[in-house]
Amino acid sequence: MKVYEIKEILDAEVICGEEFMDRDVFTACGSDMMSDVLAYVKEQAVLLSGLVNPQVVRTAEMMDMQCIVFVRGKQPDQGIIDLAKDRDIVLMTTKQAMFASCGMLYEKGLRGGAMK
Amino acid sequence: MSNLKLHFDVPGDDFTRAGEASGKVKKTLKDLGFNPEVVRKTVIALYEAEINLVIHAGGGEIDVEISPECIDMVLTDQGPGIPDVALAMKEGYSTAPDNVRSLGFGAGMGLPNIKKYTDDMKIDSVVGEGTTMYLKVFTN
Repeated sequence: MKVYEIKEILDAEVICGEEFMDRDVFTACGSDMMSDVLAYVKEQAVLLSGLVNPQVVRTAEMMDMQCIVFVRGKQPDQGIIDLAKDRDIVLMTTKQAMFASCGMLYEKGLRGGAMK
Repeated sequence: MSNLKLHFDVPGDDFTRAGEASGKVKKTLKDLGFNPEVVRKTVIALYEAEINLVIHAGGGEIDVEISPECIDMVLTDQGPGIPDVALAMKEGYSTAPDNVRSLGFGAGMGLPNIKKYTDDMKIDSVVGEGTTMYLKVFTN
């Protein structure tokens, strides 16, 4: 799935990384607990989270994640946006809740990836 | 090639900066051309350990030594120490306060994650004096 498809499916607003919308995303992970995200290996994944702090971007950075979607309409502050820009990570926000967001992406074929 | 050594002081009072050192190590390893899987394992373990320095120990120091064969990391702090290392290694066991959980950590996954992503892990801890953690990731 392409990053721009995620934007369309979730009717999301792109906050930064507009130039990377053509990237491929193979798996997804939805969590507010960053240690859970770090426990699972994901290849070129998108992270959905209701948590808004710099550690969400840092977690994505360590995991080589392509894109972060903040659910429930949450908006990151400028410090978080700058961190993501510096790391070429796409940030989006959707008004959908976590459960609905994951379900909509799953329905369109995105999967969770293997757990190790 | 002589081994590359990196040193970082990790401040204990600024959670927003936790992960800066790990991010710099990641960039260095990537620039040196290490296998992406090796880079990821190394920095995930280091990032969890760096978070621990900030949330449990009031900060500390990180030393990284990079050779073609392996990446050695030593994290030192003068924090409260770990009374029971075996218990602390259990998945789900956590002594982190609630405010840390609201930040996305403190689920008792940190040390198990570190063990999972490294080839060798050793913890020396003295209650009231501090903790030193030794981590190694082989590059092949």
